[in-house]
Amino acid sequence: MVQQLTTGERQNALVILVCIFVAGIAMAAAGGSDPLGMHGVLVLLFGGGLAALVMRSYYEPEPTQDRPSHYYDDPTKVGIALTLAWAIFGMFMGVWTAAQLAWPDLAFDAGWSTFGRLRPTHTTGVIFGFGGNALIATSFHVVQRTSRARLAGQVSPWFVLLGFNLFCLLAVTGYFMGVTQSKEYAEAEWYADLWLVVVWVTYFVLFLRTIARRKEPHIYVANWYFMAFIVVVAILHIVNNLAIPVSFGQAKSYTIWAGVQDSMVQWWYGHNAVAFFLTAGFLAMLYYYLPVRAQRPIFSYRLSILSFWGITFFYMWAGSHHLHYTALPHWVQNLGMTFSVMLLVPSWASAGNALLTLNGAWQKVRDDATLRFIFVAVVFYGLSTFEGSFLAIRPVNALSHYTDWTVGHVHAGALGWVAFITFGSIYTLVPSLWKRERMYSPALVEVHFWLAVAGTLIYVFSMWNSGILQGLMWRTYTQEGTLAYSFLDSLVAMYPYYIARAFGGLLFLLGAIVAAFNIWMTVRAVPAAVDRRADVPDTGLAPGAAATPAE
Amino acid sequence: MAELFHRKLERTAIGFVVAIIAAASVGGLVEIAPLFTIHTTVEEAPDMRLYTPLELAGRNIYVREGCYACHSQMIRTLRDEVERYGPYSLAVESKYDHPMLWGSKRTGPDLARIGGKYSDFWHVAHLTNPRSVVPESNMPAYSFLARTALETGDLGRHLRAQRSLGVPYTDAMIANAAGDAFGQAAPDSPFAAGVTERYGEKTQVSAFDGVVTQLTEMDALVAYLQVLGRLTDAAYSNTAAPEQAPNPTN
Repeated sequence: MVQQLTTGERQNALVILVCIFVAGIAMAAAGGSDPLGMHGVLVLLFGGGLAALVMRSYYEPEPTQDRPSHYYDDPTKVGIALTLAWAIFGMFMGVWTAAQLAWPDLAFDAGWSTFGRLRPTHTTGVIFGFGGNALIATSFHVVQRTSRARLAGQVSPWFVLLGFNLFCLLAVTGYFMGVTQSKEYAEAEWYADLWLVVVWVTYFVLFLRTIARRKEPHIYVANWYFMAFIVVVAILHIVNNLAIPVSFGQAKSYTIWAGVQDSMVQWWYGHNAVAFFLTAGFLAMLYYYLPVRAQRPIFSYRLSILSFWGITFFYMWAGSHHLHYTALPHWVQNLGMTFSVMLLVPSWASAGNALLTLNGAWQKVRDDATLRFIFVAVVFYGLSTFEGSFLAIRPVNALSHYTDWTVGHVHAGALGWVAFITFGSIYTLVPSLWKRERMYSPALVEVHFWLAVAGTLIYVFSMWNSGILQGLMWRTYTQEGTLAYSFLDSLVAMYPYYIARAFGGLLFLLGAIVAAFNIWMTVRAVPAAVDRRADVPDTGLAPGAAATPAE
Repeated sequence: MAELFHRKLERTAIGFVVAIIAAASVGGLVEIAPLFTIHTTVEEAPDMRLYTPLELAGRNIYVREGCYACHSQMIRTLRDEVERYGPYSLAVESKYDHPMLWGSKRTGPDLARIGGKYSDFWHVAHLTNPRSVVPESNMPAYSFLARTALETGDLGRHLRAQRSLGVPYTDAMIANAAGDAFGQAAPDSPFAAGVTERYGEKTQVSAFDGVVTQLTEMDALVAYLQVLGRLTDAAYSNTAAPEQAPNPTN
């Protein structure tokens, strides 16, 4: 980590870390016994610990003069390790909370372990911990290759990666203590949110400066998606999290939005966290790792343009479909429904573009589990975007809303699409990043694939069943015109599905553990590959071999 | 022609970012901004009350424990929901809710009109061990709430923060926040009278968890649950009929 930095850069890193350390002391002093004080201690340990790490290597030799002629991959490597750690944590919390719904005594009669506090540790752990680290790590890798330029910073990539993880840590440890704004997928409190703004702006500047250094005339389509992901998430995050803290010594804050306006802001954020975090960013991965792994160019450039701008424009209107039949004005609900249905066009354009890219490489899909991960991701992307448009239709939503069908839909996307494309990308990336001949065990990739497929299908089918059953029971009338079932009847009917869902989730978690082991062993035990092709940036000195997938 | 333009756009990073911001801003602006300017968005309700300090503290516990993850507070305009839970929710009912807690999932039932449906005693027993009251329930037990003293020293600051966001708390309410919290859960104490004086005659003053000597988090949460749906009667005088669920099997 530190060996790649010059003495001046090491000093800069130390200055930043000391600032974080001091901020931690200030938070601890201001917060006292409030959770804010506990978080102050966490921040000072984080800053102090990393500063000690830099100090330990401070007097090691500086990097050689030819540093600019290599890609900067250390942050990506650490990012992948963090991705896997968060995957296991986040999915474990998911299995635990799922099991609590079937066996409520698994909360052990304590406050920190109740479903309400654990649920955001799962959602934040997988969306931001697992998904976010995967996005940061792959974006650093992809933007360098597709621009044939080294990252435009030495310390800032570490600041972005580790700073983002500090945000995730603050968020997740806060939930155990009951620190939450209650905004779904934006539960973290005001100080963590402010910190994320600093990190995110740095990310944006770093990414844009790297693009500005590119040796290609055009910006590759994967980078369009990464840019949309970074820019729009910043807008969403800031608007949704505007809040007034009770005092600067307390974690608790009140959002400036109230009631119906807050509902619209929250779901404008919530649905576009799906759009720009869980879709745009991962489509960027798809547009790079799919052509690389399949060794085929993207099928259609025009379809890429259509789907990119369609997604960027339409998604932002769709959030109000989370509020059908509520106190939100009817016209907003209808706008949300209309745009949600139209969204199917750019979504399926993306999915179709990816599937047609695979045309001619189907034998590879059959033989190569890594490419099969990507293929299944595309299939689930197509299925869950169709399902999303369908559920956004008012009469359908009347049945599905508030039920497990929504949960099933989310997991069809999160497991089937997001996690599959991530693992497919990681399996593509790891051997080339660590310059290994191959993965440690192709058989274990195969095992992971089937665990993941089985887990996803069991999960999604059990939630489809329970959701539709629940929705129908709530609205069933007797001959006499009274409601046929009490709420409790509908809960009792859920138990078998809750058990099945927890089992499906467990299979998926086991797959992630297998992946972590396989990747660990690849780095540790697989012999280094003979360098077959130059994987270096175009510095203008030597003829650079482009590793860019054709458009 | 369109493609030619895009080839140009792809060559400039800043231009591309500006285009993304432009394309992505429209939807939010069109859907969110009018919610502040169109006055029919939130109904008039002159009888609308404010959360007392104890109820607000209870609401914060509801948020802290993530109750909204399993309980909605939004009865939709559908006939079966109205018959199950009561009149459908109006925007005005959450007018002072920072944040709103409409929820998105019903692992448990909707709570928008739970206030007054069960006794304080039932709520305490249920929160302490849900399965002692409802054997089939999968709700976590919250027995620690009755053992945890409620922090009241900073309630004035909470009210002041709410006021800065537009909730009309008065200076007297802010100055007496801690005393009012205590008084609402201790009906026979000298602090009780001030609560109804400041927050209205309809405010429920009672020994929520059954113990008047100590103010606990259980008192606060039960006080909040008992006020849900009772801040205004607007929903009961709203005459628009709910919709029939569009279901051919009805």
